[in-house]
Amino acid sequence: MTKLIGMTPSRRSLLKGMAATASALALPGFVQAQSSAPIKLGFQLHRTGIGAAYGRWYERTTQAALKVLNDQGGINGRPVEVIFEDDGTDPKRGAEVVEKLASQAGCDAIFGPLFSHVVIGSAPRAGELKVPYLVCSEGFHVASGKLNRWTMQPGITDVRAQVTAMAPWVSQNLGKKITMVFPDYAFGHDHRDYFTAAIAAQGGEVIKHIAIPPTETSFTRYLPQIPKETEVLYHVMVGPAVLTFVKELGEFYGTGARPEIFGFIDSLEAVDTASPGLEFLEGTHFWEGHCRVKQADASEHETFYRAAVGVDDNGASISDGKDVATYAHMFSCWETLFMIKAGMEAAGYQSTADRQKFVEAVEAMTTIPASQAHPQGDKVFNGKTHQVFGHQFISKVESGKLMRVHTTSIEDGMYPDAVDYTTMAF
Amino acid sequence: MTRALALHIAVLVALFAAQYFLPPYHHTNIARIMVLAVFAMGYNIAFGYTGLLSLGHALFFAAGLYATGLGIELWGLSAGPALLLGLLAGVAIAAATGVLALRTGGVSFMIVTLMFAQAGYLTILYFGAYTRGDEGFVITRAARNLGGVDLSSDTPRYFAALILFGVGLLVNLALTRSNLGRSMIAMRENEERSRMLGYNPFRIKLTALVISGLYAGAAGAAYGVLFGYVGASFATIQYSILPLLYVLLGGAGTTLGPFLGALLMFYLIDISSGYTTAHLFVVGAALLVLVLFAPKGILGWVRDKGAKWLP
Amino acid sequence: MDFGPFLLLALMEGMVMAAVLALTAVGLSLVFGVMRVVNVAHGEFFMLGAVIAWFVTHYMPGPPAVGFAAALVICPLIVGGIAALSDTLILKRLKYDPEATIVATIGLSYIFQQAALTFYGPDARPVLAPFDLRIQLPWFGYSGYKIAVVFAALAILMAVWVLITRTRAGLIMRATQLDRNTARAFGINVDRVYAAVFALGAGLAAVAAVLIVPIQQAHYLMGHDPLLLSFIVVIIGGLGSLRGTLVAALVIGLSDGVISVFFSPTLAKILATLLVAMVLVFRPQGLFGAKP
Repeated sequence: MTKLIGMTPSRRSLLKGMAATASALALPGFVQAQSSAPIKLGFQLHRTGIGAAYGRWYERTTQAALKVLNDQGGINGRPVEVIFEDDGTDPKRGAEVVEKLASQAGCDAIFGPLFSHVVIGSAPRAGELKVPYLVCSEGFHVASGKLNRWTMQPGITDVRAQVTAMAPWVSQNLGKKITMVFPDYAFGHDHRDYFTAAIAAQGGEVIKHIAIPPTETSFTRYLPQIPKETEVLYHVMVGPAVLTFVKELGEFYGTGARPEIFGFIDSLEAVDTASPGLEFLEGTHFWEGHCRVKQADASEHETFYRAAVGVDDNGASISDGKDVATYAHMFSCWETLFMIKAGMEAAGYQSTADRQKFVEAVEAMTTIPASQAHPQGDKVFNGKTHQVFGHQFISKVESGKLMRVHTTSIEDGMYPDAVDYTTMAF
Repeated sequence: MTRALALHIAVLVALFAAQYFLPPYHHTNIARIMVLAVFAMGYNIAFGYTGLLSLGHALFFAAGLYATGLGIELWGLSAGPALLLGLLAGVAIAAATGVLALRTGGVSFMIVTLMFAQAGYLTILYFGAYTRGDEGFVITRAARNLGGVDLSSDTPRYFAALILFGVGLLVNLALTRSNLGRSMIAMRENEERSRMLGYNPFRIKLTALVISGLYAGAAGAAYGVLFGYVGASFATIQYSILPLLYVLLGGAGTTLGPFLGALLMFYLIDISSGYTTAHLFVVGAALLVLVLFAPKGILGWVRDKGAKWLP
Repeated sequence: MDFGPFLLLALMEGMVMAAVLALTAVGLSLVFGVMRVVNVAHGEFFMLGAVIAWFVTHYMPGPPAVGFAAALVICPLIVGGIAALSDTLILKRLKYDPEATIVATIGLSYIFQQAALTFYGPDARPVLAPFDLRIQLPWFGYSGYKIAVVFAALAILMAVWVLITRTRAGLIMRATQLDRNTARAFGINVDRVYAAVFALGAGLAAVAAVLIVPIQQAHYLMGHDPLLLSFIVVIIGGLGSLRGTLVAALVIGLSDGVISVFFSPTLAKILATLLVAMVLVFRPQGLFGAKP
């Protein structure tokens, strides 16, 4: 592996072949000769482990985006390669994969991880290695200031923004007394904390918090804790047991009286809403990051995106109608890849010596209109918090399909900056 | 100088020299492996030498990791005192666990240690307000600094890991030669006979477990400071099985076995994931091959084949 | 909801859990008792049962009940076969050495997980219950299928009991458990008994999985928790005691449901885990095991 995309001279180790090419660094012809060499991007993939179901669709979406990108000429006229490495959805392995992609494969930048604990476990190494690390995670960790200046989330909105944006519509249309059911770990706690604050700001109140331990496989025993006065049942569940949760909710209530139900599609990613046992979801509402069912007013970009990734109008794979996509999250890979292109072209990126310029170029981005590169919708990027903001969607299950009933404004999800990464050193 | 001591010194010298030749990727890997080898050596002291099959060592590692991490992030300690705190946490938790768990033996002991480790993991989640639960937290880069040396940069980190590993290795070697070490082996071989000879099995096993906890806690504390992340995934059962695998692969009851096992296991996974996405299969198959054809581990096999002096 | 119905619901849920736990753990208990080995891959046999059940119900034409019935027969047979093969090819060669068996079964569990990941995929997929019945009680609704599971598990456990205590095969198993060498002296082919017991243990886990998969989903990582819980149940019940295993399954299944009514779930789990440890610390032989 002697492809060279420029090693900074401060590296004190000797790589085979390095000696030969190191002298080439001094030659003026080097930059010219290297500019047609491919740009290498590393993708930290959850191919195995608890995130594998998402990982599969992340990989598909990234491959599709890569093809489109290369068909359009790549970045700065250079072809782009993506190297996938499995991190097993494990933080320790994640840090090692970052290492491998940056140091061994010589990637210009790394993107892709979803699960928060893996992101937080891997980000320090990315910061130490000074490699741009663009996560596709929807966690609040980037914007919270806990990570480093090399870590960014330009392709997907974060949970705090999502949850905050839901509060106005929920309190105005569903009810003001909420019971929340959420997993008893960090992701769930974020929902608990931010939604409780956001709904209080709308004049509503969360009357009961029901935290469910992470490895729970049966939820019936928690359902009696839902108070009778509940107007809205808010649920967000993650993991293999989500279908059980929804089914048991249905068994518990049956066709009798029930509160309004508002869930996050995380509860049903990769699951068909028309599955048997989910009939009671009819008439309930969901947050969607990206509408799974193709809506009547879908843009041409949306159509193009679906065709490229191989997803039909119901959000399932074109080749297998039962293989439902993780549609609300996977667009992050597509949009992040195109953000990398935009950033590299704005920075005039040539080699890894320009990584810092790339980060600064992305930090300088502000409004990003909807386009083929951004099929989910308009975005606003906050260069200080390294977090992108966008529209959120609320859908209603009608005849077994999710139909959009509301689109939030980008401002609905905004919150005060918790950090200014641009003041930090690289 | 005995052959054994010479061998150990040679290994340490080789590791020291290696840092000038290793490509950056492998450089950090070896640093990681050395810290994990300390964890495995601790496990070996309990399992390989004393015969205590524990499935709860993740608890001791996590105790060191969290004590150090929380010390720095919550209580504002600097790296030095925080590392010490981590060490003490490993010792304390091992002692507490041992006092209760060593009333049992065999499979019951295994389950009891497993249960304690599970309870530890759940406790980390329960106090999520401080520990950030499963998500974990980052140790600020500025705090990863011992006496002015930035442990988050590659060369000092490698040195720190090497020093930790070297000390652990040589202490382990000394331990096997000492009376305590021999009595630990006696416990493993035949507890009843040792008791008849006047040894107190409970006290010896507890001492072994506490030393084991010291190593594990030290490894956890070091891992936090050197690599910057503290998370509940380190307290799960996978991290109790990991040192067991390293030790069994490298050779239980040998001093260099844990390091060899850690090294080989790491690269087995790393290299196989370059060829196939089914690397779980490779690991599983490797374990089967190992246990069928080299049940004493690699160094155990070497020792049997003639190198009887190998400690 | 009032406290009475609340408790009733918790108890009903606990019964379901206890039933499935008993079935899963009985297999492990048999293997422990007769062969004296720790089978870390037991959870993966459970998972394989669920995954194969998905395949069977997916490809079998007709109403769900047909596919389900087929799965109840096919899955234990296939998983039992895999287990018997593992025993003859690997465990026998290791002469059932305790440590080596642990390592070998860890290796096997990785291989099974990978096989499931490769051929079945990372998604959690539902399997249809054989019938869809919702029982409406005055205070809440409950799945009729879950109640059926409890009865099915009872029936199967009864059958196992009859097998062990009333048949010749069971007699041979108990003889081998008591004293392997004497059994061999009496002309019992111990190797074949071991293979059969290992297969039976795996088959029981597979049956438990087939029963539970319409309630949960089939997922390639679903073997972890059943493994842990089965261990706890078998050890608490006492090694080698079938009765102990059943009692322990009942106690643990019911208490898990009831404790979480009163405490925060995570705290409840912490207390339950420590309780298990303490039982073992102060009574290492478990509830019904022979005193060491």
